[in-house]
Amino acid sequence: MGALTRHEVLELKRKAIEIRKMILDMIYKAKSGHTGGSLSSVEILVTLFYKILRVKPEDPNWEDRDRFILSKGHSVEAYYAVLADKGFFPKEELETYCKYGSRLTGHPTRKVPGVEVNTGALGHGLAIGVGMALAGKMDGKDYKVYVLMGDGELDEGSVWEAAQVASHYSLDNLIGIVDRNRLQISGHTEEVLKLEPLSKRWEAFGWNVLEVDGHDFESLYKTFVSIPRETGKPHLIIANTIKGKGISFIEGRVEWHHKVPSDEEYRKAIEELEEQLKTLEEGDMV
Amino acid sequence: MKVALRKTIGERLLELAKQDEKIVVVTSDARGSAAIADFFKVFPERSIEVGIAEQTAAGVAAGLALCGKKAWVFGPACFYSARNLEQIKNDIAYSDANVKIVAVSGGVSYGPLGSTHHALHDVAVMRAIPNLKVLLPSDAVLAAAILEQLLKDEKPVYMRTGRNPVPVIYSRDEKFEVGRAITLKEGNDITIIATGEVVWRALEAAKILEKEGISARVIDMFTVKPLDEEAVFRAARETGRIVTVEEHSIFGGLGGAVAEFLSQNLPTPMKILGIPDEYPVTGTQDEVLKHYGLAPEGIAKTVLEWFKEGN
Repeated sequence: MGALTRHEVLELKRKAIEIRKMILDMIYKAKSGHTGGSLSSVEILVTLFYKILRVKPEDPNWEDRDRFILSKGHSVEAYYAVLADKGFFPKEELETYCKYGSRLTGHPTRKVPGVEVNTGALGHGLAIGVGMALAGKMDGKDYKVYVLMGDGELDEGSVWEAAQVASHYSLDNLIGIVDRNRLQISGHTEEVLKLEPLSKRWEAFGWNVLEVDGHDFESLYKTFVSIPRETGKPHLIIANTIKGKGISFIEGRVEWHHKVPSDEEYRKAIEELEEQLKTLEEGDMV
Repeated sequence: MKVALRKTIGERLLELAKQDEKIVVVTSDARGSAAIADFFKVFPERSIEVGIAEQTAAGVAAGLALCGKKAWVFGPACFYSARNLEQIKNDIAYSDANVKIVAVSGGVSYGPLGSTHHALHDVAVMRAIPNLKVLLPSDAVLAAAILEQLLKDEKPVYMRTGRNPVPVIYSRDEKFEVGRAITLKEGNDITIIATGEVVWRALEAAKILEKEGISARVIDMFTVKPLDEEAVFRAARETGRIVTVEEHSIFGGLGGAVAEFLSQNLPTPMKILGIPDEYPVTGTQDEVLKHYGLAPEGIAKTVLEWFKEGN
């Protein structure tokens, strides 16, 4: 339980590349989406859905499931790709993303199996997570509630309202994760509105804070499994990431917040991902 | 006899919670004003206080509901229709969470505290949110009676009450149904459709009109959404004139709802009585309502003048 095997890491890396391809496909075909933030959250989502979350894709409303809320709802492409890949709904349906009449709207909705709550307006997920964590405590259930937030999202005051309530009620079954990619739509998070010292802020709000490389599966996994139980404090994981991670010309570029790749950019991006896969397989042979 | 609605709602919910352990209550430092302090004492483990944080109150209620709880969130209407409107729209209504929002001290019931504390836009705003029922009970009996029905329904509801004691209109054995208005008084010359805590005023107005030779029907449209269209249609066809009365802006409330329906189905001469497009004068609830012609005499006067005009 403590660490991933070499084989497991390799599988997860393969999965991450696959998910990135699905994300680019969806955005390219729909001509709509949030490329940068979806790509930065891939390893977090893959670790959660493939190794951590207690969920049953065939029974998405299973009472004892862990709850996951995508509070940064604009990273929906990554979320849908992972849910489809896990079997919550057919993968072919991803083709309908953002198309007329599709249930795969450009921000998560509960029409999609596996989605717990409709999100998209920032600063909502943590309070909903607090409610879910409270319900778990009331019912004596041991499920955990995970809320993935964007770092730009932390500008919203409602996040901090909910943070206070979570620590007031000692919700140690609540795990907040910040996709700390340091970019928001208008620029660098520290230029738009300073967030640092971020971990100290969360600590001051009564949270147990952990920091991790948000693209490193071994660290992510270790962090999630080492979260102590019954600490009387909610947990906050600052996952340091790169916006647009995985595609050289998208990484760290603010304009890719919701830019749609051109034909040429799409082709190059897929090429890069295939190259990564090849390198990965070759590495495995050695 | 006069009773405050919020008081009977709190008492009735506490009784019901003894039989239904799924009922939970959330509030934002409004235990006293929402009259749920007793619930907190009897069921502390099912009572959530989030502090003065209305957005979080609505979000937390949604989270509880999405985990199978019957969540009731209480707070003043002025804040619960503005400060946390986005949470009500997205987390509760759009996400189809079983949350009942009990918005107390609506309209101008905070009186002299002024416009920050008045809720005169809430019906208009809530009515435009899909998957959200909008109810304004007119007395304490109706308010308490409707709770049981709301508990059986898993859909979100915005229920607005006032703050002050209001006359009891109904008897305890009466049956109420969401979607069905109550005809309080029959009449043939005109229909007064009212909602919320001005219903008794409309009823008094009808009595004044009776003495003046005008037979006014009075309908309690506590169910603003879903609107009882059948009752409105029948009233329009049978009486030919409609007056709506509400403790709300003249824009987008009950008057708007009735006008939207009639203009498309049976265009009927109407008057919409409410608070005009301004921040009201200082005064108690009674004084403010009287100032804007919403006391019984004022309502009756409007109707009489309309009849004198002869059109």
